[in-house]
Amino acid sequence: MTSMTKHMTRRSVTNVVMLTLTGACAFLTVAVMFYILGYLAWHGGRALSWNFFTKLPAAVNVAGGGMANAIVGSAKLLLLACCIGVPVGILAGIYLSEFAGQTLGSVVRFMVDLLNGVPSIVIGIFAYTVIVLPMHTFSTLAGGFALGIMMIPISVRSTEEYLRAVPSSLREASLALGAARWVTIVRIVIPAAFRGILTGVMLALARVAGETAPLLFTAFGNSYWSTGWTRATASLPVMIYTYAISPYDDWHRQAWAAGLVLLALVLVVNIVTRMALARKMPLSR
Amino acid sequence: MASVGTVHSGNTVNVKSDQSADTPPRFSLPAKASAVASGSTRFKISGLKVLYGPKEVLHGIDMEISSNVVTAVIGPSGCGKSTFLRSLNRMTETVRQARVEGDILLDGENIESMDVVRLRRRVGMVFQRPNPFPKSIFDNVAYGLRINGHKGRLSEAVENSLRRAALWDEVKDQLHKSAYALSGGQQQRLCIARALAVDPEVLLLDEPCSALDPVTTAKIEELLFQLKPSCTIVIVTHNMQQAARASDFTAFLLEGRLVEYQSTPKLFTTPSDPRTEAYITGRFG
Amino acid sequence: MNTTDLAAPSGNGFAGAWRRVSRVGLGDAVAHGITLLAGTGIFVLVGVLFTELWVNSRLARDRFGWKFLVTSVWDPISQHFGALPFLYGTLVTSLLALVIAIPLGLGTAVFLVELVPVWMSDWLAFIIDLLAAVPSVVYGLLGIFILVPIIRSTVEPFLQSTLGFLPIFQGPAYGVGFLAAGVILGIMVVPFIVSVSREVLLAVPQEQREAALSLGATQWEAASQVVVPYARSGILGSIFLALARALGETMAVTMVIGNDPRIHASLFAPGYSIAAVIANEFTEATSTLYIHALIELGLILFGLTFVLNALARLLILATVRRGMVRP
Repeated sequence: MTSMTKHMTRRSVTNVVMLTLTGACAFLTVAVMFYILGYLAWHGGRALSWNFFTKLPAAVNVAGGGMANAIVGSAKLLLLACCIGVPVGILAGIYLSEFAGQTLGSVVRFMVDLLNGVPSIVIGIFAYTVIVLPMHTFSTLAGGFALGIMMIPISVRSTEEYLRAVPSSLREASLALGAARWVTIVRIVIPAAFRGILTGVMLALARVAGETAPLLFTAFGNSYWSTGWTRATASLPVMIYTYAISPYDDWHRQAWAAGLVLLALVLVVNIVTRMALARKMPLSR
Repeated sequence: MASVGTVHSGNTVNVKSDQSADTPPRFSLPAKASAVASGSTRFKISGLKVLYGPKEVLHGIDMEISSNVVTAVIGPSGCGKSTFLRSLNRMTETVRQARVEGDILLDGENIESMDVVRLRRRVGMVFQRPNPFPKSIFDNVAYGLRINGHKGRLSEAVENSLRRAALWDEVKDQLHKSAYALSGGQQQRLCIARALAVDPEVLLLDEPCSALDPVTTAKIEELLFQLKPSCTIVIVTHNMQQAARASDFTAFLLEGRLVEYQSTPKLFTTPSDPRTEAYITGRFG
Repeated sequence: MNTTDLAAPSGNGFAGAWRRVSRVGLGDAVAHGITLLAGTGIFVLVGVLFTELWVNSRLARDRFGWKFLVTSVWDPISQHFGALPFLYGTLVTSLLALVIAIPLGLGTAVFLVELVPVWMSDWLAFIIDLLAAVPSVVYGLLGIFILVPIIRSTVEPFLQSTLGFLPIFQGPAYGVGFLAAGVILGIMVVPFIVSVSREVLLAVPQEQREAALSLGATQWEAASQVVVPYARSGILGSIFLALARALGETMAVTMVIGNDPRIHASLFAPGYSIAAVIANEFTEATSTLYIHALIELGLILFGLTFVLNALARLLILATVRRGMVRP
């Protein structure tokens, strides 16, 4: 009898202890998020200034420098990345959802997953061998190319997912009215899935905006303004890296500020897009 | 039965019809209907076989569908009536594994050799569940017109179709509202209006009232009667009373074969085939 | 939702293709062609990527052959290169990351699925997903200025005093090193384990839990002895995914690992990982052989992550499918 109740008590105690532990795990994980946010907000917020957004990097130990060129550089890189990643991604997503057969479709999907899993630094190497070497120079082009490749898998997956979610009854209705398949896709299917596709693109953008590794030997870096597309350019993530590992306090402060800006950008896009997805789809023309 | 009033732009139909199915209605034909008078053959179907992969669903159907009448297709679930209907506008092609054998002639022309887009403009379809596009009421009806490059004022054509579908009065003040704001019965009538907008010579309806209440069903049956003079109607229904009420000819399909096909009063009062009798008296189905 | 598989007419080979083109009209054929081009373009891209890696590592592969994988010398001056220190560093930090992330992530997932109402679970999962969106370099920033000092001043001395008899906890406390890199990697991959595990745990049929509870099991017993084992292949898949992510992680690791291309037994010691050495030395490489050696390291990394990702997908698929099968 007694050993039975002891056994039961042991089980209940174990139950409570383990479940509390899982709660602690969850608490810890979520707490890390808030800690990161909080620390960056505090540390980075203090270093943010008008200079940060408008001035070029100053020489070491000279106050008043900023990251204006890095901000513009990042913007240019992302623009280029969009031009490369979005069309390919969306078109491939349309292919997988609307046209692909079983075998070719699964092969393409597999390749997309494979590309998604390639470490960003390896993509950087690829961009280096394919663009930097022939051009004999670091360039915005090379950096944008690397980031663009990274955008492709995310765009493909979300485009395919949201296109598939459009009910086939809508496609049938359109076909029965005498619309060709491509007309149906362009006028009915894509508009119905538009919101999802757009958020997919934005999430992809947010993801590559924070990437540093592929830029290290493609866009490289620049202490000055980078004009055009064929010169090396500064970018926000690379600046954070460079400043963080330097021995200068002023640069450390700027690294925090830049980290805050980057994180804020990435988080805002993520939060907004995910919340937007939760609402119903709007009308289309 | 009431007479249908004059309808705008291009489709002047003045009909005064009476109860008896034998008196031919007096009407002036719309241009597109060409030299086809009531009672002549619209569809000539010979040896129609449809296979989904290895499975044969229709085993050789021979049938002639007359124009400007309502032909009902009845039969138990799985007998192939939907497949039969969908082969008339080549919607069977949307299923990957489908193969169609045999000939279907529309006004003497083989539909296989026709441009499928042109075919589907001439032969419209309304589906079992209302499937309006996620657009406004106006844009739903205008869709077919827009993709076919309609010349002339869209708003006139839209009003015309909505009137023919007996929906105009209910929606004329809210044409720019979403189609999804309408009730189920209204949505189905909208789908009918959408199909009518491209002025089809034939209208195929696949159990259009199965998701609707009796009042709406009656409205739609009334609608079909009014459309009959300008349009050949083929309606698949699992509701025998509906077939008896609303059609001029009835075809009974069983397990992919045409068992009996004749004028509705005859089929329902003195069926020639014992299987037909068993079905309509409710012994199976 | 049943989807009619909408497609052009079927048929194989040229006859089928011609039938398709002539029946479906120009517009459809063009649309099919353009999108197919995009799809195969990705195919081609991956192929070219692999080829470039292969071709541009030729000098190193020819010179060192298979010995590259087991040589621990990395000396740019004498042009002797071996991958072993980096393989070691990559593996050690990734394993340490898993040791931290698996219990933490799995525990969190169990909590989110078994103990918490759906609405709260969704919110918490949302926040944890945001962790996955934080850029690597930001983690590195926090690593350098917060984690490393704590490790140097508190954690490492503590471990040394309590478990110092173990070789992995010996040596001077630099702060930077395998331990710091492992911890930061662990934090970075926890969201992946949580999110995928949560998904597979949710896919476990409710009947399984009910069966366990009706037999008198406590909630923890039901979760740990029935639900988690049922989902084990999916959870394993999530671990593979996390591992693949950890292997390729560059910036955060580079910033806290200490950049020492040697093999040390202790976790306190500085080390190097494949991604970190490429990041640090690529632009400093003084000879073509040097660059080719670095690119060969990239090739190895590519291969490793490829295999892991493929395995992970198969495993996750297996669990989700099982959950849907009715006996």
